[in-house]
Amino acid sequence: MKYESQRVAMPYFIFALVLFAGQILFGLILGLQYVVGDFLFPEIPFNVARMVHTNLLIVWLLFGFMGATYYMVPEEAQTELHSPLLAWILFWVFAAAGTLTILGYLFVDYATLADVTLNKLLPTMGREFLEQPTITKIGIAVVVVAFLYNIAMTALKGRKTVVNIVLITGLVGLAVLWLFSFYNPSNLTTDKYFWWFVVHLWVEGVWELIMGAILAYVLIKLTGVDREVIEKWLYLIIAMALISGIIGTGHHFFYIGPPEYWLWLGSVFSAIEPLPFFMMVVFAFNMINRRRRNHPNKAATLWAMGTTVMAFLGAGVWGFLHTLAPVNYYTHGSQITAAHGHMAFYGAYVMIVLTIISYAVPIMRGRPYGNSNTAQIVEMWGFWLMTISMVFITLFLTGAGVLQVWLQRIPESGSAMSFMAGQDQIAIFYWMRLVAGCFFMAGLVVYLGSFFIKGQAGPAEEVRGAVPSPEEA
Amino acid sequence: MADGLAVRNRHLPGDIAVWFFIFAELAVFGIMFIGFGVARSMDPATFSAGREALHPWTGLVNTIGLITASYFVALAVHRFRDHRAGTAGLLWWAVAASSIYTFGKVWEYAQLYSNGYNLGTDAFFMFYFFLTFFHFMHVVLGQIILVVLAVKVKKGEYTGDDMNGMESGASYWHMVDLVWLVLFPMLYVLA
Repeated sequence: MKYESQRVAMPYFIFALVLFAGQILFGLILGLQYVVGDFLFPEIPFNVARMVHTNLLIVWLLFGFMGATYYMVPEEAQTELHSPLLAWILFWVFAAAGTLTILGYLFVDYATLADVTLNKLLPTMGREFLEQPTITKIGIAVVVVAFLYNIAMTALKGRKTVVNIVLITGLVGLAVLWLFSFYNPSNLTTDKYFWWFVVHLWVEGVWELIMGAILAYVLIKLTGVDREVIEKWLYLIIAMALISGIIGTGHHFFYIGPPEYWLWLGSVFSAIEPLPFFMMVVFAFNMINRRRRNHPNKAATLWAMGTTVMAFLGAGVWGFLHTLAPVNYYTHGSQITAAHGHMAFYGAYVMIVLTIISYAVPIMRGRPYGNSNTAQIVEMWGFWLMTISMVFITLFLTGAGVLQVWLQRIPESGSAMSFMAGQDQIAIFYWMRLVAGCFFMAGLVVYLGSFFIKGQAGPAEEVRGAVPSPEEA
Repeated sequence: MADGLAVRNRHLPGDIAVWFFIFAELAVFGIMFIGFGVARSMDPATFSAGREALHPWTGLVNTIGLITASYFVALAVHRFRDHRAGTAGLLWWAVAASSIYTFGKVWEYAQLYSNGYNLGTDAFFMFYFFLTFFHFMHVVLGQIILVVLAVKVKKGEYTGDDMNGMESGASYWHMVDLVWLVLFPMLYVLA
């Protein structure tokens, strides 16, 4: 860590991991509710648990992105953060608002929550993933704008690097697209149409820029490969992500009301969407093969490679499975979507945040070359347990989805099974998914446990050529 | 000498990055062309009716404009490599020739639109408007690249010894031209 103010990333990372644990706990509750319908009813109904599970995911990833940004931007710009105090204030504001919102979901019924938060003045609540009360939404917008101000002031006064430019472009996009969450047309089709401007253009647009920038930064640090090489790859990847991802939004517009041409545009452009993820795999493995040092933080290297592979599988392959309009005609909104959603979010965004945490947190804790060997081995156990569990969660949900489509969607009208009868038929997959979910939780416990192991690793070993000096890197 | 020639022949014109980009662009257009073929085979009548509503002469004039621009770009690359003067001028001529296409296309869109055709008319016009507009945007980007190249050459920021920037821009331009050479017969003649 070269600049003292980078340390402000620490509370963001810690809070992100706390919320991550909460998200997984609610995932297990949901997994059980799928098969034991009245589990925890009426205290925590399914819809509330689902809202908590998905909202916690989004909020902890935002904390992770902010932490990553506070850590990366000063070092890239070679200057102290504009205002560490502002970063701390925003942390507490965001943490308090996030916690209050989740508690509101859990302890107040949703209609009352809407009433007391004066949703009727500017109605934005009640939509999947955007369930937050309007005041929370405004709070998120204010926090993000102040955060961007702090980051922009830092980046502008220092060295301009491609990593910073791409990262900040992604964050600005995130903020701008968030504004669509305030637009809530009464027509259901137009509502869904613009709803995807937030949801899709975040995860398949600007978040990919953030992911690419974090990956590039970590690879520069871990491999010592020339910045120019890594920057060229980063440009290519984000160009592909935007070319495919923006019009690729169309794959959400199938059969929900928008014009028919979206069937073509959505299919064609989202068929290209796996490419940037594939390029990230090639990028990460290529840079690690060309490394000029064997970085002692093996765990961070594993996360960096793992995130590209899992993102390619989850977002790329599992996305492509059901993205072509004729296929989606049958699979729309089935468990195949859930399978894709789980692996894509874990592979792309959970793992990239855990990558930067794995790299940056030891440094902030005064372990410049990474954690001790024992701690790294435990962390890697966490990696494998969580990742393999997620593969199984995805496979079981895919099985559930295929059977669901077969029973409920393929048969001609009249002979198709009803939704609930179909759910009974696929219950075995839900049970297996729940078991895999328990292993995921075990993996998370192991992963979190690795933070409590003392000791640190020794200096990097050079493998070929001179390692760039800190100024170059 | 023979070895030198072989090395020169194997050399990839422009940056590897621009070739990734070109590959990706061609993949998008390629998939759209296949989609066009499939959609046409399902409903040939709509597609022939759509084609008849188009203005074949504008298509031809546009094609000539783009091919001429490509000729100027190729000349510019050769002249630049041989350290001869006039590269920037040739690039400006390429921009001018390709403007025949951009103006022609805008005129054509205006005509079709005033006759009541748009993206939602039918499958043919969905493909027509989407493919040609997507291509149009590429031409505009290509023109911007050519202008940047011309300005940089004029300012002496490029030298003929380092062909990377010039060849990258030219490769992109030829890709845009190539796509039109498929689009023109596909939309105006064969549909």
